[in-house]
Amino acid sequence: MIPPAFEYHVPRSVADAIKLMGELGPDAKLLAGGHSLLPMMKLRFAQPGHLIDLGKIAELRGIAQAGNQVQIGAMTTEHDLLGSALLAEKVPLLVEGAGWIADPQVRYKGTIGGDISHGDPGNDHPALMLALDASFVLKGPKGERVVKADGFFLGLYSTLLEPDEILTQIRVPIPAAGTGWSYQKLKRKTGDFATAATAVLLQMSGANVAKVHIALTNAAATPLRAQAAEAHLVGKPINEASLNEAARLAMSICDPTPDQRGDADYKRAMCGEMTRRALQAAHSRAGKQ
Amino acid sequence: MANTHKVSFKLNGKAVDVAVEPRELLIHTLREKLAHTGPHIGCETSHCGACTVDVDGMSVKACTVLTVQCDGSEMLTVEGLEQGGVLHALQQAFHEEHGLQCGYCTPGMLTRAYRLLKENPNPSEQEIRYGISGNLCRCTGYQNIVKAVQSAARKLAAAPAAA
Repeated sequence: MIPPAFEYHVPRSVADAIKLMGELGPDAKLLAGGHSLLPMMKLRFAQPGHLIDLGKIAELRGIAQAGNQVQIGAMTTEHDLLGSALLAEKVPLLVEGAGWIADPQVRYKGTIGGDISHGDPGNDHPALMLALDASFVLKGPKGERVVKADGFFLGLYSTLLEPDEILTQIRVPIPAAGTGWSYQKLKRKTGDFATAATAVLLQMSGANVAKVHIALTNAAATPLRAQAAEAHLVGKPINEASLNEAARLAMSICDPTPDQRGDADYKRAMCGEMTRRALQAAHSRAGKQ
Repeated sequence: MANTHKVSFKLNGKAVDVAVEPRELLIHTLREKLAHTGPHIGCETSHCGACTVDVDGMSVKACTVLTVQCDGSEMLTVEGLEQGGVLHALQQAFHEEHGLQCGYCTPGMLTRAYRLLKENPNPSEQEIRYGISGNLCRCTGYQNIVKAVQSAARKLAAAPAAA
């Protein structure tokens, strides 16, 4: 399978990439790691006339702490996330999530920015970003804006990104010390999308939940924050009763698409189970201040 | 052709130049233009890993990389593992441990295991299995593949110059 013909452009700066997008118009697509776009082009689900390869723009890669957040260049690969000592220490949820994405070869090429911009609810970073309360830097001809992950994902393959904008950086607030975390993902095989997956960040205060974020992958046309489940848990201990109710509330907002991974009821049930497991794992890692 | 790009890279230590259309996939350039038929075409959907080659210190699936993306890179295929007529420790270990049956996945397994051992010279069995999880063996000969990687790791540790 060979992609349809296109013109190839390889800018060396974000400014040049934005200029190219303006000149080429909507027939141009950005190429990040290429492991979503090239397969879609092979299948003729996408037939852009131009590809703008972001692979040679050094300013788009890297992971650095800036105050109380970690800033990640959009072209930083999953492999880079997995090997980052800074993330392992400050944002271990992101490292755990990256380890569940695709396979080693794909992780060398696949990027966090590509995964987010694609707007595919089967991708893992969108729910991780919701759980982490991340923000995205979007650059276009009119300048730069910073938007919250919550609200960025509008629908299937649809995000707040305008056609002439590039996601350049991901900003992740560093969770408070003692925050527990977990990403639980059910998949049929290595390289598959999630049948269901749940990301959790959990802060305890004594025996009770002080703050919790729960986000769901592949449960609907966009990643979902399970806000009712979160609200139910605050002020309560993590036990069988609270986990059951949180799982039930998470399942109640799922609207999964039936496919070869299972029918809607099965996927909803697995979302509940992943939510339960992620809460338990996060609880076991949370400091009991 | 108007829409042709000249791409230069190092392939197993030798400088090569090719002229390609942007849509040409690396696996086709290697096999059809450069006569490197070690990397195999398996699934063409970046699942099976038979086309795995090493580009700038990364294991990549050559069916999902455009040749134009590789300008200026350093590339290693299974053809580059043997040095001066001597098999690489991984190749020798696959031979000794019966790490292949039909052999179709082997070039991908070898190049992937090469990068895995560069990054982690003493991997656990679990780390090897996770590290080669992007390479499928339809003969399901994973036990001996894992044994071969373990054996090669021991040999390379004893004689690091051969790495």
